[in-house]
Amino acid sequence: MVDSSTKQGASRRAFLKGAAATGAALGSVGAAKAASDDPLITEVQDWTSGLGDGVDATPYGMPIEYEGDVVRRTVEWLTADQISSINFTPIHALDGTITPQGCAFERHHSGAITLKKEDYRLMINGLVDTPLVFTYEDLERFPRVTQTFFLECAANTGMEWAGAQLNGSQYTHGMIHNMEYTGVTLRTLLEEAGLGAMGAIKDKWVYVEGADASSNGRSIPLEKALDDCMIAFKANGEALRMEHGYPVRLVVPGWEGNMWVKWLRRIEIMDRPVESREETSKYTDTLADGTSRKWTWVMDAKSVITSPSPQMPIKHGKGPLVITGLAWSGRGAITAVDVSLDGGVTWQEARLAEPGKPMAMSRFYLDINWQGEEMFLQSRAMDDTGYVQPTKTQLREVRGLNSIYHNNCIQTWHVNANGEANNVEVS
Amino acid sequence: APVMAEKLGLGRQATEAEIAAWNLDVFPDGSNLPDGQGDVLTGEEVFAEHCAACHGDFAEGAGNWPKLAGGVDTLADEDPLKTVGSYWPYLSTSFDYVRRSMPFGGAQTMSNDDVYAIVAYILYSNDLVDEDFTLSKETFMSVEMPNSDGFIVDGREETEYGAFTNRCMEGCKPEVVKITKNVVFPG
Repeated sequence: MVDSSTKQGASRRAFLKGAAATGAALGSVGAAKAASDDPLITEVQDWTSGLGDGVDATPYGMPIEYEGDVVRRTVEWLTADQISSINFTPIHALDGTITPQGCAFERHHSGAITLKKEDYRLMINGLVDTPLVFTYEDLERFPRVTQTFFLECAANTGMEWAGAQLNGSQYTHGMIHNMEYTGVTLRTLLEEAGLGAMGAIKDKWVYVEGADASSNGRSIPLEKALDDCMIAFKANGEALRMEHGYPVRLVVPGWEGNMWVKWLRRIEIMDRPVESREETSKYTDTLADGTSRKWTWVMDAKSVITSPSPQMPIKHGKGPLVITGLAWSGRGAITAVDVSLDGGVTWQEARLAEPGKPMAMSRFYLDINWQGEEMFLQSRAMDDTGYVQPTKTQLREVRGLNSIYHNNCIQTWHVNANGEANNVEVS
Repeated sequence: APVMAEKLGLGRQATEAEIAAWNLDVFPDGSNLPDGQGDVLTGEEVFAEHCAACHGDFAEGAGNWPKLAGGVDTLADEDPLKTVGSYWPYLSTSFDYVRRSMPFGGAQTMSNDDVYAIVAYILYSNDLVDEDFTLSKETFMSVEMPNSDGFIVDGREETEYGAFTNRCMEGCKPEVVKITKNVVFPG
């Protein structure tokens, strides 16, 4: 006992000395505090004495009940109904880069449909040598690929164009998920139908549509379709979830989520785009002069600090603080993320958990010693094209306030002395 | 070339009837439109029965449901009203989308004549045709859509990518940072 308390005292003095050297006041710091005996340690707990669940209790598990707030959430007033609507991934509470499928966001236009593998058909028609119909079983016999990509809704952060609206990274940035997909390249399938008779690939298009009532048809340049698109039937190791397109969805790396057609039923090769509803009325971006951009396919480099954030206040007091977040770019790999504590006056480079992968999420960390000072937290992503994530002001100067989609601006969280965070815009 | 890759012999040829059943695309020049026709007055009746509960008697929208008419010359306003009349560049999209995906909850239950009639009524509601107008393959291209020239192809390469490359690390703005907008829905 005596030895132990001496050691504690020594370490406490060492810590005080260290804190004094930084010129900062010392708050409540658990690690160095002399503690009374903790009954969770000194008393035998039920879980240490009795038995837990058997291996047959949970054939397919859900998260433990204490993680019950790590769930998709919706904001009812955003849409007229909850069928053609959106919900949000709880990115504030996640770490790493892979999004658990069960809480990965949904966006449907006519609801999440139930489509059995036995009932599934995929048609390829149009300017191909032979129009084809595949069953699900056929698709599993093609050579496979596995790759990880982010899917970001074109409208992610769209509510924030005019100001600071919703309070939490889940709501401001949660129309996104990042999964490891397994499937077949679109090139493989199109070659099976034969691309010999159609002539040049340039200026050709594919039209892709889903089996649901909304259809969600979109036109995609054939060059992109043959470059890196795939049809996926597995995500994060298992079959797609119903709400993510079971049994087959399109993967369009780096491009706006609307084009990742779920329950994919038809791919048509064409000599021109269809100009469907989802690429005229929607997913077009209106500029200040009233003209609108169309075919804004790529999602530009973007990042957000997920903690601290409005849903993740600092509760542990002063001292070591992990600042963490996500960065991604539809134009390539993330090469660096900078973090500012002062609203963008000064920046320091954060640590990437892993080197960036093209069109996939990166996780970043910055470890600081927080002494209760007010902070204006920002993150700024860079990708391997040299593109630097812009401020909202920079974007507004080009686009005005009404483009709805493609808001990849730098986000600011105001953290007060109590560790509470709010969504703000700053000068 | 990769397009000559060896085939695996999977799948089977699609029949003409199968392709016709699923390929409902209508292009901006009206190609691939089905046979049929519908006039404004018929459209008013069909719309009242199948559409007005959500989109209003005059396509002006009910509650939070989409407005299909109005809003001409508002696209540069603070709150633009984007409708078939004010925003949609091509009439083909209206026909294609109504035939494929409307009514909400009962998609692909309308006849081609009904779809022609509904679209004719939406055009009338937007003051784009007279009440004696009949929409068909033949008259389709006679309708001028007000915002047909309102779209430009993605210009980020020219207007943004070159400008967004400054990675300032120190003294990037005046030292005093102030809150200019606070969160509207603190939650």
